[in-house]
Amino acid sequence: MNNQRREILKAGGGLGLFGLLAAAGLITPGEARAEWNKAAFDAKTIDETLKALGATAPANSADVQLTAPDIAENGAVVPVGVVSTLAGVEAIAILVEKNPNPLAASFMLPVGTEPSVQTRVKMGQTSDVYALVKAGGKFFIAKKEIKVTLGGCGG
Amino acid sequence: MADPMKIRASAKDGITEVKVLMSHEMETGQRKDSSGNLVPAHFITEITAEHNGRQVLAGQFGTAISKNPYLAFKFKGGAKGDKLSVSWVDSKGDKRTDEVQIA
Amino acid sequence: MQPNLRTALATAALALAGPAFGQGSTMDEIARYREMLADGNPAELLEAKGEELWKKPRGPKNASLEQCDMGLGPGKLDGAYAQLPRYFADTKKVMDAESRLVHCMVSLQGFTEAEATKRWFSKPGQDSDIEALVTYIGGKSNGAKINVPARHPEEARMAKVGEYIFYRRSGPQDFSCAICHGQEGKRIRLQELGNLTTQAGAGTAMSTWPSYRVSQGAVWTMQRRLIDCMRQARWPEPKYLADSVIALEVFLQKTASGTVMQTPGIKR
Repeated sequence: MNNQRREILKAGGGLGLFGLLAAAGLITPGEARAEWNKAAFDAKTIDETLKALGATAPANSADVQLTAPDIAENGAVVPVGVVSTLAGVEAIAILVEKNPNPLAASFMLPVGTEPSVQTRVKMGQTSDVYALVKAGGKFFIAKKEIKVTLGGCGG
Repeated sequence: MADPMKIRASAKDGITEVKVLMSHEMETGQRKDSSGNLVPAHFITEITAEHNGRQVLAGQFGTAISKNPYLAFKFKGGAKGDKLSVSWVDSKGDKRTDEVQIA
Repeated sequence: MQPNLRTALATAALALAGPAFGQGSTMDEIARYREMLADGNPAELLEAKGEELWKKPRGPKNASLEQCDMGLGPGKLDGAYAQLPRYFADTKKVMDAESRLVHCMVSLQGFTEAEATKRWFSKPGQDSDIEALVTYIGGKSNGAKINVPARHPEEARMAKVGEYIFYRRSGPQDFSCAICHGQEGKRIRLQELGNLTTQAGAGTAMSTWPSYRVSQGAVWTMQRRLIDCMRQARWPEPKYLADSVIALEVFLQKTASGTVMQTPGIKR
């Protein structure tokens, strides 16, 4: 990677770099890949994480949904999905408030990819889980509490 | 030397649904081994998916993604027989790419 | 009916329904959690690895396991797990899937038993070939009916021994398997405890192993499940492949016979 591109990556600060870099003519769609966003993954609070993702004051939105069970039988594997009915979704991130580092994953969605991702996260304890969506250059957020139960023996 | 992924990709009504299972320990860096030493973090940091060479997803993971990560997503287009490849890179620089044909 | 009385009755009914409804929705959400996990079971990764290990020439004899006889003839794996344990004339022993697999690793591939069983379960960063192979072998019985009638005298004897162990109170807590698994409707915290004395209860338990345990991030085999049950009951832990574990398996598989295998499973 050349230095010029690295500087621009730093300046961009995370999600949604694709448009910026493509506009600058520095990359072709085939190589759209931001560097791992260390600042966002190392952040210790939701606010710090949102800041590192460039998403200050995202709007609460009913058009963002977090699909997850209300209760997880084990915190090591908690299925979490994010779907949105918003148009032009460019990025999705999943945050677990009470984890040591809230950011679990972030995704960049090229044009044509549906605003629907599912994965599985670790949760140290019962916590609010946030779905952050970037659409049309703006950030939207939704949350849901997922309870983590203490296990008995495993069937 | 990473084990292969398990990728399922199926096209229906103009949408391709992709489900991926990756074989990875996803060490958080917070677990102690039996002698009480902290096991260093080792986890997948980046994942990308391409359909016939065109990127359809780029993701970044932290340590909170569960062991043996699962990821599902959908994109417009894709036909039976098309190539769908998924690649990951982890925090130690290990890599893995697997490819399937869309069913 | 007086309006007031009606209101009072309705309130009482609501109060009664309240806690019951609360518990119902908790169980519904747990069911939803399990459903969301079922689509994309990491055990599938191990199944693929097990298949590779099964077909790959390995060991001092550089042989694959493809000629291993799991009870239905050499190399015949479809439905084999569902009819184990059974009596094998060549070893004159009742063997379960795991002891038979180890027998094949020794006789066909030339491993010593100690080598074959050295890592019979995985730890983080340490894979277990046995775990992968048993997951593969188990998966070859997915959809098959469990069929362990235990008609051979040796099988019948093992079923009897297994039943005895199931009901025997032992260890510092004077505990038996039956205390947790001999009645309907029991649970530990949020985990229901199956009644393993009935076909349905034993079936629910037996048909879903080998199973990926999300709490461990690993597939557990039936041997590991039972040995760990005994540890949790504060009994001395049997050795891997011990006859006592196989006897319990015969008893449980016999009780579960007729139920359909859904393996590999996924559990908390």
